[in-house]
Amino acid sequence: MRASSSTSETAASLPVAMKVRPAGDCIWEISPEEKPGMLVPARIYASEALLAGMDAGVFEQVTNVACLPGIVRAALCMPDGHWGYGFPIGGVAAFRADTGIISPGGIGFDINCGMRVLRTSLTEAEVRPRLVALVDALFAAVPTGVGGHGFLHLEASQFREVMVEGAGWVVRHGYGRAEDLAATEGGGCLPGAEVSAVSDRALRRGMDQLGTLGSGNHYLEIQVVPPDGVHDPGVARAFGITGPGQVLVMLHCGSRGFGHQVGTDYLRRFDEAMPRYGITVRDRELACAPFRSPDGQAYWGAMNAAANTAFANRQLITHRIREVMARVFARSAEALGLDVIYDVCHNTAKLERHVVDGRRLELVVHRKGATRAFGPGAPDVPPAYHAVGQPVIIGGSMETGSALLVGTEHAMTETFGSTAHGAGRTMSRAQAKRRVRGETLIREMAERGIVVRAASPAGVAEEAGFAYKDLGAVVDTVHRLDISRRVVSLQPIGNIKG
Amino acid sequence: MGAWNVLDTIAIADCAFEIHGRDLDDLFATAAQVLADLMVDPQTVARDIEHPLRLEARSLDLLLHDFLSELIFLKDSDQLVFPDAVVSVRAAPPALTAGLSGGRIDRTRTILRADPKAVTFHHFVLEPRAGGWYARLVIDI
Repeated sequence: MRASSSTSETAASLPVAMKVRPAGDCIWEISPEEKPGMLVPARIYASEALLAGMDAGVFEQVTNVACLPGIVRAALCMPDGHWGYGFPIGGVAAFRADTGIISPGGIGFDINCGMRVLRTSLTEAEVRPRLVALVDALFAAVPTGVGGHGFLHLEASQFREVMVEGAGWVVRHGYGRAEDLAATEGGGCLPGAEVSAVSDRALRRGMDQLGTLGSGNHYLEIQVVPPDGVHDPGVARAFGITGPGQVLVMLHCGSRGFGHQVGTDYLRRFDEAMPRYGITVRDRELACAPFRSPDGQAYWGAMNAAANTAFANRQLITHRIREVMARVFARSAEALGLDVIYDVCHNTAKLERHVVDGRRLELVVHRKGATRAFGPGAPDVPPAYHAVGQPVIIGGSMETGSALLVGTEHAMTETFGSTAHGAGRTMSRAQAKRRVRGETLIREMAERGIVVRAASPAGVAEEAGFAYKDLGAVVDTVHRLDISRRVVSLQPIGNIKG
Repeated sequence: MGAWNVLDTIAIADCAFEIHGRDLDDLFATAAQVLADLMVDPQTVARDIEHPLRLEARSLDLLLHDFLSELIFLKDSDQLVFPDAVVSVRAAPPALTAGLSGGRIDRTRTILRADPKAVTFHHFVLEPRAGGWYARLVIDI
């Protein structure tokens, strides 16, 4: 059926003139016949309601991705999908490493934007009396917003070491523990970083920004497990979550100006390089190069360098969180049980092996606004989580909360081990600012028990809960699809924003 | 100075603008102003730093892309914001000289807004239109 028609076979009146047919529970498929050049189908994972709410860009972009050389099985979009650049946000695509491409547009400018969550042994009752002091102290210790600079002033040579070592460099210099690395995707260091592939401009732009949050939808949040928040007590225990009332700290940020410049540099380079490889794309933001080409390998090296600085960034912020909480609660970070549950990327390309049509292939798996969700026993799942699967962190809006899930075996075969990453926006930043003033929202949230400190009140208005999809609907969908399973819901009580 | 407005219907997670200039010089200068206005309240930035800039590019749209990318770079590398720009654009071969005027982000007095990551090619347009030039930009936030 045409998606724009109103028939029983389609979920709703969708804003595109393409056939979107049901291909399973919460799975929708657009066949290669729908657009010239599509090499594989496009698959959208969504409930009927989420599908109906997706903007036209999702359908256009996911089918454009399906045209890229070397793509296997299908171009995928997760339930939180929305219009991005080139790829939709929520996009997942796997390309053969030998014959396929790599595209900065499939990763995003904020390379290794990701989530980290720490547990504590504190309860909400213990934190509430000092919550304002805690949020104020965190806001002072973790620079946010435009022009924010970190407390660590590195020489260029040291920053190059960070590019290669990632979070390990930070821990080696006293800002963390070995256990933090074990609880980080890839151990906090992706192989393949190539310093020589990084421009001097990228280095200059990002060198002083380690340990900073940035702005937009990036945040540092004090969260609590609500009374009905534990959905899988066994897996929650494996994550060190004991029950309702426990306080956690969640962090969302990426590679800052360094990664943004790497993205900018290579988007320009690939824009010019594509004719040399005989590649044409439907959208300039899909600029790409063969993965094994000199251009492709240069981006791969720079992208991994940027990803490693993002791990280092989140590790340094973790150190600051521990320092601040130890001071505010007059107990050591160890006594407060401030341990990293997990740190996971949602903007990367990774070399992974997956089975496609019965053959195990080496693939460049692009995840743009999509979280790796490896199941029990999969490679790179930390030993502590081998039996249950990799923790998945899905960040919601600053008002409505977030969720911890766990990766599944089914995700390995269905989505290249991937799931959603957030709630997904439904409204532009300008529209959100027209509906509420930042100062008003901050006051209203305080009345609801959520303490907010922000570098930009206007930025708070842009991130209002009403500007996002219902996180519960996204989590319900990925759970129903069994591409990750619900473990714990979390509600914010304190929020630092850029 | 040219005119500009926010586009609500594209790139909802970021910021999209369309800009009209009476000529290329005017359009580039307005684009610089739009970008500064996105980052900070321009009234809260000093005008005590002058920064000359020369750029060349393969095409006029890439010249605009590079010009704005440079302004984002300066925001991160030196914490500089330039709300005022006098720009002279040469169409062929594409090149510009600019005199940027602005100052350092001073966190005690500058009202911060968004922190742009990059100028995208998403819906990116630079073209002559009746009575001047038109650009559409999407800035990744």
